[in-house]
Amino acid sequence: MRYLPITGADRSEMLRAIGAPSVDALFSDVPEDALLAEPVDLPRHAGEFEVERRLSRLAARNRAAGAGPFFCGAGSYRHHIPAAVDYLIQRGEFLTSYTPYQPEIAQGTLQYLFEFQTQVCLLTGMEVANASMYDGATAAAEAVMMANRVTRRSKAVVSGNLHPHYRDTAATLARFQGFTLEAGPPVPAGGEDLASRIDGETSCVVVQYPDLFGNVRDFSELAEAAHAKGALLVVVVTEIVALGALRPPGDMGADIVAAEGQSLGNAMGFGGPHLGLFAARTRHMRQMPGRLCGETVDADGRRGYVLTLATREQHIRRERATSNICTNSGLCSLAFTIHLSLLGETGLKRLAALNHAGAVSLADRLGRRVVTPAFFNEFAVRLEGDAAEAVERLAGDGILAGVPVSRLHPGAGLDDLLLVAVTETADADDIEALAEALQ
Amino acid sequence: MAVRTYYTREHEWVRIEDGVAVCGITDYAQTQLGDVVYVELPEVGVQVARDGEAAVVESTKAASDVYAPLTGTIVAVNDRLEESPDLVNESAEDAGWFFRMEVDDEGELDELMDEEGYQAFVEELD
Amino acid sequence: MTGNSHDTVSGDLGLSIEEPLIFEQDSPGALGVDWPEAEAHADRLGGLARSGPIGLPSLAEPTVVRHYTRLSQKNYGIDTGLFPLGSCTMKHNPRLNERMARLPGFADIHPLQPESTVQGALALCREVQRWLTVLTGMPGVALTPGAGAHGELCGMMAIRAALDAGGAANADRRRVLVPDSAHGTNPATAAALGFEVVSIPEDARGRVDPERFEALAGEGGVAAVMLTNPNTCGVFENDIRRIADAVHAAGGYFYCDGANFNAIVGRVRPGDLGVDAMHINLHKTFSTPHGGGGPGSGPVVFSEALAPYAPVPRIVGEDGALRLEEANERAFGRMKAFHGQMGMFVRALAYMMSHGADGLRQVSGDAVLNANYLLRRLEDVYSAPFAHSGPAMHEALFDDRALRDTGVSTLDIAKAMIDEGLHPMTVYFPLVVHGAMLVEPTETETRASLDRFIAIMRGLAERAKDGAPLTEAPFHAPRRRLDETQAARKPVLRWQAEG
Ligand SMILES: Cc1ncc(COP(=O)(O)O)c(C=O)c1O
Repeated sequence: MRYLPITGADRSEMLRAIGAPSVDALFSDVPEDALLAEPVDLPRHAGEFEVERRLSRLAARNRAAGAGPFFCGAGSYRHHIPAAVDYLIQRGEFLTSYTPYQPEIAQGTLQYLFEFQTQVCLLTGMEVANASMYDGATAAAEAVMMANRVTRRSKAVVSGNLHPHYRDTAATLARFQGFTLEAGPPVPAGGEDLASRIDGETSCVVVQYPDLFGNVRDFSELAEAAHAKGALLVVVVTEIVALGALRPPGDMGADIVAAEGQSLGNAMGFGGPHLGLFAARTRHMRQMPGRLCGETVDADGRRGYVLTLATREQHIRRERATSNICTNSGLCSLAFTIHLSLLGETGLKRLAALNHAGAVSLADRLGRRVVTPAFFNEFAVRLEGDAAEAVERLAGDGILAGVPVSRLHPGAGLDDLLLVAVTETADADDIEALAEALQ
Repeated sequence: MAVRTYYTREHEWVRIEDGVAVCGITDYAQTQLGDVVYVELPEVGVQVARDGEAAVVESTKAASDVYAPLTGTIVAVNDRLEESPDLVNESAEDAGWFFRMEVDDEGELDELMDEEGYQAFVEELD
Repeated sequence: MTGNSHDTVSGDLGLSIEEPLIFEQDSPGALGVDWPEAEAHADRLGGLARSGPIGLPSLAEPTVVRHYTRLSQKNYGIDTGLFPLGSCTMKHNPRLNERMARLPGFADIHPLQPESTVQGALALCREVQRWLTVLTGMPGVALTPGAGAHGELCGMMAIRAALDAGGAANADRRRVLVPDSAHGTNPATAAALGFEVVSIPEDARGRVDPERFEALAGEGGVAAVMLTNPNTCGVFENDIRRIADAVHAAGGYFYCDGANFNAIVGRVRPGDLGVDAMHINLHKTFSTPHGGGGPGSGPVVFSEALAPYAPVPRIVGEDGALRLEEANERAFGRMKAFHGQMGMFVRALAYMMSHGADGLRQVSGDAVLNANYLLRRLEDVYSAPFAHSGPAMHEALFDDRALRDTGVSTLDIAKAMIDEGLHPMTVYFPLVVHGAMLVEPTETETRASLDRFIAIMRGLAERAKDGAPLTEAPFHAPRRRLDETQAARKPVLRWQAEG
């Protein structure tokens, strides 16, 4: 077996050295009848070519986004990933390293995490960011739990336009942790009244920006209303590229930003792995979940980086940790930070502008069927009939037209709504093809 | 006459000064912890029960609860620890005090160790 | 100490090159990506356009590539050498897995495309489920958890849901028994779900004492036990059946932390031992890369009793017409957005297919052989607290008794290993062993690599006794020891522009 270097001769010599008659004898602590005498009923080992052939066949049974016009979004976006990103993250020193517990030989990881945390702060307009969470949905759930700790309250008011997977992820934890999540119904055209739902028991208000239907909205007043009642404002972002064009949540008074960072550097990959971003205010730093990388000096006085404030975490605080998270999304954060370094100030702004321009040009073509008044690169369109059926039909014609709202809000009476996302990967012909098809 | 200092088995010290109990962690405790990096202090005005959690002291590798040595009400906390947690290492039983409390029953002091008793207690631990 | 008589003009030394932060290399006007300016159009941002600079640096591609290449050179990975981090299973990461995960048919598909266009992806998930159920002997699998700790949440929520379904009498079942040797995620998980953590001390064999356990379980209110097996002391809990019976008799469930599945894969099925739920770290046993801290993937296998409570989404239907079931009455809820760490499933399946049933059996055999080889060749110079109680599993655990009176600590040995070109083992974990050193060589090391490790560790033990200045190590790494106190006292968590 090509990955297993111990030879038969090694094995006998090593067994002799340790005084054991056989490898099986080393399993003497296992109840005898639980020890399998034979390999389990699965295929035997296979060479590289064989594995590649079988997996390639499975891959070929999927329709890759690059095969035609593509407009799916709703929390996972198709953006171009520069070639350098994928090359650099596959360097073995990054790919095959562990969480940087030994900082003297993990400065590469630690320095990029420090840079990553800085980039996340700049994009979101926040003061402190952690080294990542599993994905946007788990980051949002952690944000609610953090708000509960900070305010010592246990009721979150949740926008009906929060991505349902995010809502359900938080609701699942709420059920078991015993806090309340008050989620309203979806309001496709935006304009929900959330401020009036905040009271003295509310720990936080959770909104999405742009929201599920693509709406963008100024949350400054909502932030003030929340703060006046002692609650926090949690802003969720599922399309991080939007913050290249839009006012950052930090400027609007957000206390916590929980975001999905997949759009930069990371493939859609059928939904995972993605990259949870988590940013907050310095005054709440010690209530944050996850790892934090900080600057310090070494014994020779040279600048260096370490994981810090670890007393919040499970390996030290155990049952009183702020979160149980351990492994996070390290390599995805590396892809994100490299992509953002390549884009830089100008590149990100141009990329965001291209996304918005594409979406505007499609919206212009669709006219009054667009439900979302103000948006970035995604909006809802009202179709004549069932959106899921239309998507299925168009898939047959080679167009992946978007995500039917019924896929995320089944039975909500929104079956005629289609979410379309236009990124820089859709060109004028693609946009024209979709506009035509939806006529 | 010098003011007497009393000690708990959880390595807190307490001393009555001007009718108020001053509390902190012992010098032995700070050496065991190593560099103190953060102290989470109670809010002024809260009631604490003897042996109840009153503060948290953190090194880079550990977080330990600090218990109230007596029952009473917190009347002051040592704000300097926020900027300079190192005071706990430098002067655990003086400038590195944690909080002051009004004590409900000074009689509780009798159940604590005096300096000699604490020294003996610590020697047994080592 | 400068330690080098050949001082250089730059301060850099050959391939050891200092690298400033990306923010310190800002070159306004430089571009790393050639996107055109968007054509003029009406803005529909609702008056929320961003104004002013974001503050990101501008760099051309060569600068960026060099930056990350230099950073990578300050890291140690499995590709560099032996990485004996106990409990983490740092084994070789085959590059075939990377190639497979990047096939456009897997990487470039959207989670909410019509199901008819992703039948291959759904079939792949099914196939991963099949391998995991056969290997564990457990009928249910939840694929969605993002890593091990997330799997723990998943398993424990299923347990809570099952208890709740059992009626109001179960409402008081809040106690979760957790050995003191457990990983921090175990008590953190239980506490996060409102359980009360009851600690179980280890006995002199590094295991749970079954009588003690039966007594604790008998005290009532038991929801579950969370047991790692093989455990973090590097040995197999040989009373596992008694423990399972006791927790079941007490009306609770058996959660197994499967982080150490690598020691038994292909030889022992947890389902045969009374386990009700277990997470599997694909990023350990099944070699999906750790990537400097993730992403991971933590599927959970369930017994018949717990399988109905598994979270959504679930994959249902027949091959060719597979679907995602997004709602189910008995499902306890949802773990995260979409359907799990697909990229990790592809890698893990490539790994499992490559090894096959026969190769996986060899994986656990060699992993255990290698650990025992290290244990027996080092136990005369490093004290091994549980070596007397039978063979080790895939880890060799030492404590610091042998170092007593040398002035050298476990940490010093770890840092001295860095100078020798080795990654240190896991240190100070498990907490129940003083100055713990937990060594996990894995099955992908050569005999020569193991022998080199043994020689270095023996040499360091000798130097410690001779009073060598190990407390100053490392000298030859990109950095000397870092001041963690300063980092924590005055946290600097981001770069700030001057002034
Ligand atoms: C024994 C044990 N349990 C749980 C975990 C948590 O797994 P993860 O880091 O994937 O969340 C780990 C590893 O870190 C572990 O070693």
